[in-house]
Amino acid sequence: MSAEKFQNPVVRWIDHRLPVFSMLDHEKYDYPVPKNLNYMWNFGVLAGLSLAIMIITGIVLAMSYTAHVDYAFDAVERIMRDVNHGWMIRYIHMNAASFFFIVVYIHIFRGLYYGSYKAPRELLWILGVVIFLLMMATAFMGYVLPWGQMSFWGATVITNLFSAIPVVGDSIVTLLWGGFSVDNPTLNRFFSLHYLMPFVIAGVVVLHIIALHRFGSNNPIGIDASGPQDTISFHPYYTMKDMVGIAVFLLLLAVAVFFFPNAMGHPDNYIPANPLQTPAHIVPEWYFLPFYAILRAVPDKLGGVLLMFGAIAVLFILPWLDRSPVRSARFRPLFRIFFWLLLIDAVVLGYLGGKPAEGIYVVLSRIATAWYFLHFLVILPLLSVFETTKPLPKSISEPVLKYPSSRKGPMGAGLEPAE
Amino acid sequence: MAKSDTKKSTRSRRPEDAGRRDFIVIATNAMFGLGAAAVAWPLIDQMNPAADTLALANIEVDVSKIEEGQSITVKWRGKPVFIRHRTEDEIARASATDIADLRDPESDEVRAEKPGYLVLVGVCTHLGCVPLGQKTGEVKGDYDGWFCPCHGSHYDTSGRIRKGPAPTNLEVPPYTFLSDSVIRIG
Repeated sequence: MSAEKFQNPVVRWIDHRLPVFSMLDHEKYDYPVPKNLNYMWNFGVLAGLSLAIMIITGIVLAMSYTAHVDYAFDAVERIMRDVNHGWMIRYIHMNAASFFFIVVYIHIFRGLYYGSYKAPRELLWILGVVIFLLMMATAFMGYVLPWGQMSFWGATVITNLFSAIPVVGDSIVTLLWGGFSVDNPTLNRFFSLHYLMPFVIAGVVVLHIIALHRFGSNNPIGIDASGPQDTISFHPYYTMKDMVGIAVFLLLLAVAVFFFPNAMGHPDNYIPANPLQTPAHIVPEWYFLPFYAILRAVPDKLGGVLLMFGAIAVLFILPWLDRSPVRSARFRPLFRIFFWLLLIDAVVLGYLGGKPAEGIYVVLSRIATAWYFLHFLVILPLLSVFETTKPLPKSISEPVLKYPSSRKGPMGAGLEPAE
Repeated sequence: MAKSDTKKSTRSRRPEDAGRRDFIVIATNAMFGLGAAAVAWPLIDQMNPAADTLALANIEVDVSKIEEGQSITVKWRGKPVFIRHRTEDEIARASATDIADLRDPESDEVRAEKPGYLVLVGVCTHLGCVPLGQKTGEVKGDYDGWFCPCHGSHYDTSGRIRKGPAPTNLEVPPYTFLSDSVIRIG
């Protein structure tokens, strides 16, 4: 029985009645993890850490924030100038939001490269896409709260997306606003929801982890562990490996917070919101730019909105679009090329989303948008049928023991774990 | 993998390494604790008064308009401050009191820089209610000073506790006379 596992009598007493220590112990020691995970597998933990940082700093910021159109901007400036350490806490909140998206984008592309969305991990992947959607909603509403020019006009543009819906569109927008334009009721409800959503995300994260622990982590060669010789315990091996990633992550976050706090923001948001004047060139936060580019690529209101949401919707059905039984791109030479093309395409879309919607940028946006959907809806299904994959190793241990010098993966070059 | 195997594999097999390993573990945990405390401090300290709150911590009051026998109440740091222009009789009674009889012994000379003006924080030292006695017609208690209606504390004409549950005298805030007629509180 698990209760005897603990030396400390208090821990033993509690665990006998409330087996939380047994549960922790189980996750730490009994949960088998493939022994060949590279540093790309750090990003799940980093995303969790980002969420924790956002929730903690957010709760603290809410203590000094006022959700009212007349006071919100000044409340944020007061946080920056008067509240003890307020500047630092707000800059951490601002920059950790960007870092959260960086981490999650890497996490997503890791999943795409190594086929982590394939059976039996489809629900794990879908829950991840749900988290991504919730994050986008949370980030958008958070950006509205400082009530600067970008806040106001971002809120106006994004809520107006829903007006593209036929028949009921305008009624939905009025409902979202609680009035006839973005105003005080909008700010109030966005603050309420911005506070709520992170906890919803945390709930979905729990489901995400439950789904993950059902079959365990995928791994760089994408084959299932064939037995205990292919796995190691999470603690201390991966806790230590995650610590390295956490240290690097926090170091970079500190560099951003203390030296370039506004690099990922927009200066126009330090101008108080003015409902009578739109800034000349409005852009969303950088992490929305690829989707913004897709929106603007389509010369039709409804079409643009549908395609933008479609860009995320397509991720939901990805496990059924890519039907190749081989998970890892290491054994799929063609898929690997297309993976990198998709990554470049996403970066190009992000670049175009930040440019004015005119001239060559519109043309390029259309090409990049077409490629994005072509990749998921045409190329992946075709590859599943026509691609000749390389032979898979018999077990996770085999390639390591057989070719000790050829341990270089395209994404984790030279970053394999040392056992 | 079972816990016992893991523990064995992480421990050094050579006994002479044990002390060194313990040192590394303790030093790491200590650094982690320090780091956690350093992170926690700004998050806690932000609840302390902000700079703009502290900037409002001083007020200046013109007391020349207060007639003898009259009191005014001003707000300082969110709390009421009583300023009373005392009558000769009140001053006499306050200074005549035998200090030995008091729960919180303090002479009237210490409490009022200029005997004519008594400055008090108008918050009962029991549980924070505002005592009565500022306005004419209000109950002033058995000692003709202030009376707290919440739990029945009686204060004398020097704001000293004479009867009831309050443990100490009404607090005298830090103040200075900038001129004969203007005082700065805080």
